[in-house]
Amino acid sequence: MLGGIDPFILIASLIAASVPILLAALGEAVVERAGVLNLGVEGMMIMGAVTGFMVSVATGSPLLGFLAAMAGAMALSLIFAFLTQVMLANQVASGLALTLFGLGFSSLLGQGYVGVKPPLTTAVPFGPLADLPVIGEILFSHDWITYLSLALVGLVWFVLNRTRTGLILRAVGENAEAAHGLGYKVRRIRLLAILFGAALAGLGGAYISLVRVPQWTDGITAGAGWIALAIVVFASWRPLRVLAGAWLFGGLTVLQLNLQAAGSGIPVEYLSMAPYLITIIVLVLISSGKGRALDAPAALGQNFHASR
Amino acid sequence: MKRRTVLMGGAAATLSLSMGARAVLAQEGPLKVGFIYVGPVGDGGWTYQHDVGRLEMVEAIGADKVETVFQESVPEGPDAERAITQMVLGGAKLIFTTSFGYMDPTINVAAKFPDVKFEHATGYKRADNVSTYDSRFYEGRAVIGTIAGRMTKSNKIGYIGSFPIPEVIQGINSSFLHAKKVNPAVELSVVWAFTWFDPAKEADAAKALIDQGVDVIIQHTDSTAPHAEAQKTPGVITFGQASDMSAFAPSPRVASIIDNWGPYYTKRVQAVLDGSWKSEGTWGGMKDGHVLIGPITEAVPAEVKAEAEKMIADITAGTYHPFTGPINKQDGSVWLADGVVATDEELSGLNFYVEGIVGDIPS
Repeated sequence: MLGGIDPFILIASLIAASVPILLAALGEAVVERAGVLNLGVEGMMIMGAVTGFMVSVATGSPLLGFLAAMAGAMALSLIFAFLTQVMLANQVASGLALTLFGLGFSSLLGQGYVGVKPPLTTAVPFGPLADLPVIGEILFSHDWITYLSLALVGLVWFVLNRTRTGLILRAVGENAEAAHGLGYKVRRIRLLAILFGAALAGLGGAYISLVRVPQWTDGITAGAGWIALAIVVFASWRPLRVLAGAWLFGGLTVLQLNLQAAGSGIPVEYLSMAPYLITIIVLVLISSGKGRALDAPAALGQNFHASR
Repeated sequence: MKRRTVLMGGAAATLSLSMGARAVLAQEGPLKVGFIYVGPVGDGGWTYQHDVGRLEMVEAIGADKVETVFQESVPEGPDAERAITQMVLGGAKLIFTTSFGYMDPTINVAAKFPDVKFEHATGYKRADNVSTYDSRFYEGRAVIGTIAGRMTKSNKIGYIGSFPIPEVIQGINSSFLHAKKVNPAVELSVVWAFTWFDPAKEADAAKALIDQGVDVIIQHTDSTAPHAEAQKTPGVITFGQASDMSAFAPSPRVASIIDNWGPYYTKRVQAVLDGSWKSEGTWGGMKDGHVLIGPITEAVPAEVKAEAEKMIADITAGTYHPFTGPINKQDGSVWLADGVVATDEELSGLNFYVEGIVGDIPS
């Protein structure tokens, strides 16, 4: 049924295809662990995609492009931070507004960039390592953003679970009043978490416009931000499970195209809906786990005001 | 551009309060011609080429006699009806709707405005004030299929399909038949993207094909993303689709099929100005200058280039038709007997693969 698909090439392209959703989901997991629900991931990703594209075209440097992508997405997220942390507006509504605004504003910024070629981001040269059988293809054929994203998974896991910073962040997300009582600046910590999440979302967006496609067009992120949000829930807010979730989703997308290309007899319609179908099944399975809640941070989505 | 269209709609609505003013405007002003585009003008492919045709038409007719408006990225389906209606209310007297999915919306709007003329690209429904026009893209596919068959080293050719409609199936069959003719070992993999323009999806499809060992990619979608993807893997070649896409020459892009709409647009606008416009169906090919093959680059060996050029000459002269028997259907039954040429009716309803292509056409 799998036809002539080479599993090792499939794994290599799965790793590459999941980079944008991995970065965005990892950032969002940190934001949500701090008790903030930011549904503006899609908007921040596309802002990163467009600012990264514009800057790397103007300067000829992919690195500057990725830095600009993080800055662009962080700038956009400040709107959300102001609304929810200062004005205490509803987080769900503010996040949705952020996505809508990001989609429209990126389209305006990107007007003159349709059809322009950005500078190429090439694979990291590992020399002879890349020619090793099996692992050469899987481990040593990627660009530096891919390795960065994997390193970030480890880093986020370590900080969240093994450091004082992570403990404080989680405390703010579980019980903001208690954290406040202990003298922690809840709103400042949440602001920093929002900025971190935005930086990663922007990086993920720029990966789409600078590496994966590489081109600019309106709406280029095509729902990747929503998939990232689903992965965070799927992963029960844990970094290593975020990685697993991103590979599952990225893998299904790659697999369905490869199955078509390899001429499998499975109808295209089933293959195209598979990733979404599996999301639903997984969410149902997780939510119906016996006696086990979803493990969501207790203060998720609740605004905090020190006077209460 | 969209804002301008809206403003015009507003202006016309005001004018229509006084019928006299409107009639004077219609007689004295330049003819207003509208274009509905499926992608952005900067797509570098299909829509870009229609816009080039629009500009050529204005140049040929003269900016004093014709004025144009266009709207980009209009979704196919019911929403197109709104965009077309808005253009009519903005004063357009002739409207070109340039994608297959605008067929029913065009017919519906045309029924409401009998004195406005419509031209729908690549469809098959006509009315008294609706003409259709199309190009024989499969003639171009025959040429690039020949180059593909000669150039492939892995004997695997990939085809990124947009939607399973007759135009695309003609393209797949024509490419495969002519690749197979020069290289009997060739295999064709088709990936359906279900979009005309989505760079991310097109790039993913190209990557999947390359992962499967394909070294020649033919696309039936409009962006240059498959070229950008192919560029990452040395030895993979591509063909420009709808537009020359020369930014990717000499390799991966080794040749291209160019849609040349300018002469047709000029002819039809002139007909409206002369009062000789009538509803008809036009299906132009290389002979009529509708379909051109872009420069074949030095990445193609001289003898292959000569072979391709001979085929261009034969098709242009009318001595060769890409669908000439013997050709069997996918199930092995006879479609065209030896020497028989497919009729236009058969081609415009084509819904099956020819023998040798693996896989089913999605319904």
